[in-house]
Amino acid sequence: MQLIADNLTLMRGARTVIDRLSFRAAAGDTLLLTGPNGAGKTTLIRALAGLLRPSAGSIRLDGGAAAIEVAEQAHYVGHLNGIKPSLTVAENLAFWRAYLDGSGNPHDVADALDRFGLASLAEIPAGYLSAGQKRRLGLARLLVARRPVWLLDEPTVSLDAASTRLLAEVVDSHVAAGGLVVAATHLPLGLARTTELRLGALSPQAGGER
Amino acid sequence: MSGFWTLLRRDLVLAFREGGAVGTALGFYLIVVAMLPLGLGPDLKLLSRIAPGVLWIALLLAALLSLPRLFEADLEDGSLDVLAMGRMPLELVAAAKALAHWISTGIPLALLAPVLGILLNLELGAYPVLVATMLAGTPAISFLGSVGAALTLRTRRGGLLLALLVLPLYVPTLIFGISAISAATLGPGGFAASFLILSAISLAALVVGPLAAAAALRMQLP
Repeated sequence: MQLIADNLTLMRGARTVIDRLSFRAAAGDTLLLTGPNGAGKTTLIRALAGLLRPSAGSIRLDGGAAAIEVAEQAHYVGHLNGIKPSLTVAENLAFWRAYLDGSGNPHDVADALDRFGLASLAEIPAGYLSAGQKRRLGLARLLVARRPVWLLDEPTVSLDAASTRLLAEVVDSHVAAGGLVVAATHLPLGLARTTELRLGALSPQAGGER
Repeated sequence: MSGFWTLLRRDLVLAFREGGAVGTALGFYLIVVAMLPLGLGPDLKLLSRIAPGVLWIALLLAALLSLPRLFEADLEDGSLDVLAMGRMPLELVAAAKALAHWISTGIPLALLAPVLGILLNLELGAYPVLVATMLAGTPAISFLGSVGAALTLRTRRGGLLLALLVLPLYVPTLIFGISAISAATLGPGGFAASFLILSAISLAALVVGPLAAAAALRMQLP
């Protein structure tokens, strides 16, 4: 399985953020997007998630389920966690599991909460969680439904050192199982296998063939 | 389809657990209708003549109050991105949310209306007709309203703009809702025709609303 971006041009408003970027990321690999603020990391991730239409170029997944769009084979965890404060922690996750069709997935809600150290908070309304705990709950969504591609935008924001290691383990085991991860980050995650894609800010040759 | 019911159930749980939107709509409805006799004076004949119109217009305004939040909450906490990426088409997402709005706001308002009818000396025979027309007409309010809510999603203080966009679309529902009630209480016959047109408007809104709302949401996502 390969995620292939071909001559991708992305605009935000009237501004070209990413100009003719081509890259390939293979299964069993973590692609780290790095670069200064404004380099287009978030824009690129949102485009991969199908939330932003490229103004030129294409994104496709080789060897995935061909009839299904990349977005439907991907998990996206952006800056926001997608959590409802008045639902309990477990209810939030159970909703995403049901909505994203997580049936037949090895991890159930309790498993995923346990993995991210939230098991003792399961019955608490999510509104009472701290920022780091909310982040972990947002990330727990990765485990409740199976998607080959994970798109993570600044996944370590507000995580402490232990939780960051936890995330790295989860990402590593997904990659080891043949998954593909694209993560935008400023911080070293401590991952086992990574390839870096450096995006330059506002330079016309941003990215280029890797 | 399981995603549709999951989302509908979540939105209903949120509506009843948070309670704010439903409570505000019901409270607004009560206050507007209760204030009217104070402004018009105790002329019972006049009040009972204008009662159906007042109850309908106040219901439209009350339902409008909670519409701006329809997609806004999901946009603010990032849920909308994930909802849009699911395997369920965005049209069904919009439909589930509009249906949840109808169940959590439209139905309670329609059921409150006969109680408020007492304040306006509504004719005795008009009560069942009033509830029937409101139950048949309110789906149009939620489903057409969802289009306006999606269009004004990123507009700051979009509530007023939403009212301007959406209220004209409610005119047919209002006209046929009122005419069904007056046909049932005053004239001989004619109720069935008005009631069927009212239902037809709601059914059309059920189809057109989600399509248009999903198109508007796609423009708003980036």
